[in-house]
Amino acid sequence: MKRLTLITLIVCTCFAAFSQETFPVNGPFNKSHNYYAFTNANLVVDYQTTLANATLLIKDGLIVEAGAVVKVPKEAVVYDMKGKTIYPSFIDPYTSYGVAEPEKGKRMALSPQYESAKKGAYGWNQAVKPETEADKLFTADSKAADELRRLGFGSVLTLQKDGIVRGTATFVLLGDGPDQEQILKGQTAACYSFDKGTSTQSNPESLMGAIALIRQTYYDALWYGAVKTKKEFNLSLEAFNNQQALPQIFESTDKLSDLRAAKIADEFKVKYIIKGAGNEYQRLDEIQATASKFILPVNYPMAFDVEDPFDASLVSLTDMKHWEMAPLNPGAFAKRGIAFALTTADLKDKKDFWKNLRKAIQDGLDEKSALRALTAAPAEMLGMADKVGSLKAGMVANFIITSGNVFDEKNILFANWVNGHPYTMIDPAMPDLRGTYDLKAGDNTYKLKVTGDLDKPKGQLFVADSQKVGVSAALTQKGYSVTISYELKGQGNIRLGGNISEDPLLLSGKGQLADGAWIDWTATLKEPFKPEAAKKDTVRKSLPKLEDVYFPFAGYGKKKTTTEKAADQKQEDILIKNTTVWTNEKDGILKNKSVLISGGKISRIADNIDVPAGAHVQVIDGTGKQLTAGIIDEHSHIAISNGVNEGSKASSSEVRIGDVVNSEDINIYRQLAGGVTAAQLLHGSANPIGGQSALIKLRWGKAPEEMKIKGADGFIKFALGENVKQSNWGDFNTIRFPQTRMGVEQVYYDCFIRAKEYDQKMKAFASLPEKDKVKAGAPRRDLDLDAIAEILNKKRFITCHSYVQSEIMMLMHVGDSLGFQVNTFTHILEGYKVADQMKKRNIGASSFSDWWAYKMEVKDAIPYNGAILYHAGLVVAYNSDDAEMARRLNQEAAKAVKYGNVPEEEALKFVTLNPAKLLHLDDKMGSIKPGKDADVVLWSDNPLSIYAKAEKTIIDGTVYYDIDEDKLLREDILKERARIIQEMIAEKNGGAPVTKPKPKRPRLYTCDDEENDYLND
Amino acid sequence: MNPLLKHTTAALLFCTGLLPAQNPYPAPAQTKSILITGGTAHLGNGQVIQNAAIGFRKGKIDLVADASILKLAKDAYDTIIDATGKQIYPGLIAASTTLGLIEIESVRATIDSRETGSMNPNVRAGISFNSDSKILPTMRTNGVLMAQVAPQGGIIAGTSAVLTLDGWNWEDMAYKLNDGVFMSWPKQSARTWTDDGPGPLVANTDFGKQVTDLNKFFADAKAYAETDKPEEKNLRFEAMRNLFTGTENLYVHANSVKEITETVDFAKRYGVKHLSIVGGIDSWMVTPLLKTNNVSIIFGRVHSLPDKNDDDVDLPFKTPYLLHQAGILYCLNQEGDQEYHQNRNLAFNAGTTAAYGLSKEEALMSITLNAAKIMGIDKTTGSIETGKDATLFISSGDALDMRTNHVEFAFIQGRKLDMYNEQQALYERYERKYGQK
Repeated sequence: MKRLTLITLIVCTCFAAFSQETFPVNGPFNKSHNYYAFTNANLVVDYQTTLANATLLIKDGLIVEAGAVVKVPKEAVVYDMKGKTIYPSFIDPYTSYGVAEPEKGKRMALSPQYESAKKGAYGWNQAVKPETEADKLFTADSKAADELRRLGFGSVLTLQKDGIVRGTATFVLLGDGPDQEQILKGQTAACYSFDKGTSTQSNPESLMGAIALIRQTYYDALWYGAVKTKKEFNLSLEAFNNQQALPQIFESTDKLSDLRAAKIADEFKVKYIIKGAGNEYQRLDEIQATASKFILPVNYPMAFDVEDPFDASLVSLTDMKHWEMAPLNPGAFAKRGIAFALTTADLKDKKDFWKNLRKAIQDGLDEKSALRALTAAPAEMLGMADKVGSLKAGMVANFIITSGNVFDEKNILFANWVNGHPYTMIDPAMPDLRGTYDLKAGDNTYKLKVTGDLDKPKGQLFVADSQKVGVSAALTQKGYSVTISYELKGQGNIRLGGNISEDPLLLSGKGQLADGAWIDWTATLKEPFKPEAAKKDTVRKSLPKLEDVYFPFAGYGKKKTTTEKAADQKQEDILIKNTTVWTNEKDGILKNKSVLISGGKISRIADNIDVPAGAHVQVIDGTGKQLTAGIIDEHSHIAISNGVNEGSKASSSEVRIGDVVNSEDINIYRQLAGGVTAAQLLHGSANPIGGQSALIKLRWGKAPEEMKIKGADGFIKFALGENVKQSNWGDFNTIRFPQTRMGVEQVYYDCFIRAKEYDQKMKAFASLPEKDKVKAGAPRRDLDLDAIAEILNKKRFITCHSYVQSEIMMLMHVGDSLGFQVNTFTHILEGYKVADQMKKRNIGASSFSDWWAYKMEVKDAIPYNGAILYHAGLVVAYNSDDAEMARRLNQEAAKAVKYGNVPEEEALKFVTLNPAKLLHLDDKMGSIKPGKDADVVLWSDNPLSIYAKAEKTIIDGTVYYDIDEDKLLREDILKERARIIQEMIAEKNGGAPVTKPKPKRPRLYTCDDEENDYLND
Repeated sequence: MNPLLKHTTAALLFCTGLLPAQNPYPAPAQTKSILITGGTAHLGNGQVIQNAAIGFRKGKIDLVADASILKLAKDAYDTIIDATGKQIYPGLIAASTTLGLIEIESVRATIDSRETGSMNPNVRAGISFNSDSKILPTMRTNGVLMAQVAPQGGIIAGTSAVLTLDGWNWEDMAYKLNDGVFMSWPKQSARTWTDDGPGPLVANTDFGKQVTDLNKFFADAKAYAETDKPEEKNLRFEAMRNLFTGTENLYVHANSVKEITETVDFAKRYGVKHLSIVGGIDSWMVTPLLKTNNVSIIFGRVHSLPDKNDDDVDLPFKTPYLLHQAGILYCLNQEGDQEYHQNRNLAFNAGTTAAYGLSKEEALMSITLNAAKIMGIDKTTGSIETGKDATLFISSGDALDMRTNHVEFAFIQGRKLDMYNEQQALYERYERKYGQK
């Protein structure tokens, strides 16, 4: 049978344009219903089955048969695939191929935009746009398609990557058109993210705000779907409900956000396919526990240019290690058996895909899993496994033809067939010209050496055998014609043109000398081409291992010890001997005592405690040292990801700091070094009713959920004064209600009265018999009012940012009349003016020791505030609201001694027992008493002294900071950095691109940080 | 108790009950000689006298001795203060501060620290200093008795002044009205600002231009300074003149190794006689360069977080020790958030450095004599030495530790200060309300 070249076929496909059934045709119909048979192929039917000498038979864009024994119909066009391999083409499950990017919205005014600017019957928030349908936005893009096809992809999921609820993605083939033939499934998946994208609306302005928005949207949609008589028609909620049956994809940009997405999925009993960030290996246990499927990028960070040691110091160990370890991410998933697909998403240059994928393979990804992640896995995730991802009868004829193992670096991709149409990179039927020839040109004989790539051969001419370096000969191969042109000394340029004949390979034709004379020429193959050994694309000395991950993934992080891995192993007891103990109990300060810590609790305090022989007890000599309860920071903003304020509404009680706890914040470790063991992570003070707090222990190394204090009461941030009325936010922030202290009061009345009504409605519904419930329909769940109702039901407690006495009085009065009580006034710098009023209501105070003069409302702040409040009988704490000061809170407590003569023992309680009381944790923390949590600090000196250093900080009986171990960690950081710097320099010297280090300073939050930075580092 | 002390305390208590919420009266010049005996004197130059006799008259110290061996006529001094069990220190000097230039940070009308434009050597902090600032008395009650008040902003921010913290007006208080020129070395990177708030740090695209502009400005200023009678008077260049003669210092905010190195080279190129680096986060890494070029450091707030995640957790606490070990002249300041009112915690910053490597006396030097040396006023102040100003205070305990810092008496140039501030007035007012007093 005569071999056809595919080039002719490509011409044919042009005629096939507009061959859709419903379209009229200009001129005669030109439909071909040919069979195409690919015989003698190494046929990869699916990621786990390869058939030798097999045949693939296709017709009209579909696979008719694929197998070892296939009867080829007579009318089939047959391609001999001897020596070639056919794979199902790859599927990219996360692209925006062919979907135009949305225009970046322009805010109309300099003032914030509190309402949606989108016209039409859509929802209230511009970032929630489930009504977006990628299939309606799709148009094939031959350039982008070509780029993906050259990588081996034949189909992709594509969506408009914009907004928090992004609408539906569509599944398309990567043919050049027409569009009607490319869309395989219109609405294929529903997509989400935490990124508000082009929305110009103020809400959300924080990550926790985005999370709350998604949650509220689910509740709204549930209500909307169930409500009997609709008072509103909402296109967004309609669309949202309609797409719930589709696969749900959530794009995340960090491992911790993967976990956040999974938490939302659990709440609403949906399953997200999580488009990961690439750093999942840094928290793989928790990632695995989500039981989610993942789509993983292979965009590894570039090495840094670290030759300048000062530039190098700008790169954190986190970034250095991530550079080294990123390629092991997919392999780690495969080894753990976590389902994943791969995507080209996030790659700046898609051409890096194979280079990076091979790196992943080198770092432990097995080829079978890789192939699965490119074929069956995405197909299954997207519900497209009956169409693409393997080569079976009835499926779309989407396959690639390669020279061999697709993962080999030297593999050649000949053609990518999409929907039965060939896109040829290199005609597989073309003769391979590479080899060594005897070239006879006229009277002369030379040696011609053809090397280079199959599709771009390069020629070299050797006049004599002794010649080392050949004369360059330009060689062009077009189908079966070939031209060779070379220049020889004294002869000028000689041009040969001719044909290629095979079996044996022979080139021959006519040529013209420099003087115009014509000659005959032939080139006879003497030696076939021998490919060079593959060059390693890496110069790395050692491959990273998952065991080398630090927890958290930062300097001062630690590898998981074997003890931690063996969860059943009992925690070691600790005995601190012969030390001074600040009990914070009625015993006061005890000298020369021993304290035994067992099972994470304080077990005994006695003059002498003997260690039973053979017991697992770590003995610490406390001679000359002083032991206190751990410091508790009642007001902290560390360890929070992407924004501490959701100030886009007067009440944002629906947002929860607990959703955005950041276990990787170095300030956790720094504060452990200052003796802090627990903290209330608070929302900022941008609005009268802020968000819900997270109460954590500083369990450095643990995942966010493990840091939270189990069973702790719920707290919420309120705020008064200049921040909530936006006094210092510039001239454009003058439109959000309230702008005065008068307005602040009304916000509270409004919210609480509405919450009361809401609560009654919810309770009434809950008390209905089940059958009546169905009839009545559940009222709309409102997360904002939920939280406020919790306050009324004494299930959530208020920490209120406050300064001047008028507003403090106001809120107490609002509380009196509506039946709630403020738990703690925080900052409360004019608390000394209303101590009696606070005392009457049993409200606690959490103040700064000596801050003032930074705003008009703190003009009357005095450092004696704590002393007056203490003497008035209130529970008084000193807090930090500052990542730096938090590590010296013991010294802040000492200022209560300096300013107002509070007894030392009582002053220490300002940062230990009293904040524990304010946070309702004093049954477990805040004092050294048998039965309480072993959260203690061993100080080198009187803990109130500037000269005191925390030498050991213990939480739940585990030493989280040790001044001696700290020295070792510093050495480790130095060594790790030095080692990776050597590797980066080697990478640079190997020719890899590098990026210049830039200073990177994470933002530190205080209450006043109203700015939106939830999309920044 | 010494009868005089008893009397004074009673008078103080009596007075304060009547005082409205306003700053205390500035103290009159010293007329009667004063002897402080029995206390532990920390001289500020590294020395300690356990049982000290410190005498001063007409504002100047004329006696620094060991009381146990001293023979003194009974009437050698008019007034004797028994400081037994107490600690005596030279007045602390707050370096590079906007104290008196900012009253309330969020109220624009109360801010006089930043002039518009980038080259303003001629604007002077001293004449803008608010002698009636409510913040000043809160400094004195913690031992801060002098301040170097400096403008901020732009590239060349202006001229600083050294002032004492007691007086009727800035003229009374000025110690060195034209102290030096403050500038900031151009930053290599800056945080961007977007519609939605702060963005990431990006390279400062103006960096090259800013350095070029600075070079031109200094070259022109230096040429201008060569003649006493310029063709046309240029206020900016006039203000630069003294940098080249050495009667004024050049103070440059610089933190990274590159910023510091570039600054040192720059100052050398233009023959600036006295260079001091302000901030100096990375200064400990380039001590040989600083030493060779005689560059001093006004080290930024000790109570800061480390600059980089991987830094030693206590790096800012121990950097002064590292500078001290390398023999660099340095003092401390409180640069950073709310620095103007935070200066009352200056002593505790020094206290921390004593917990991280230095001796307490060395730590004290960094907020007294070293500061005076850097500002070129150490001949007359900065330590308790005969012939120097009687600017000193008595604390009942270790003044570097907040636990024990309790300033009972303070003198500026022999003038006995009224140790009272508005915050105490409010304290007493509300103690009364609750019957706590």
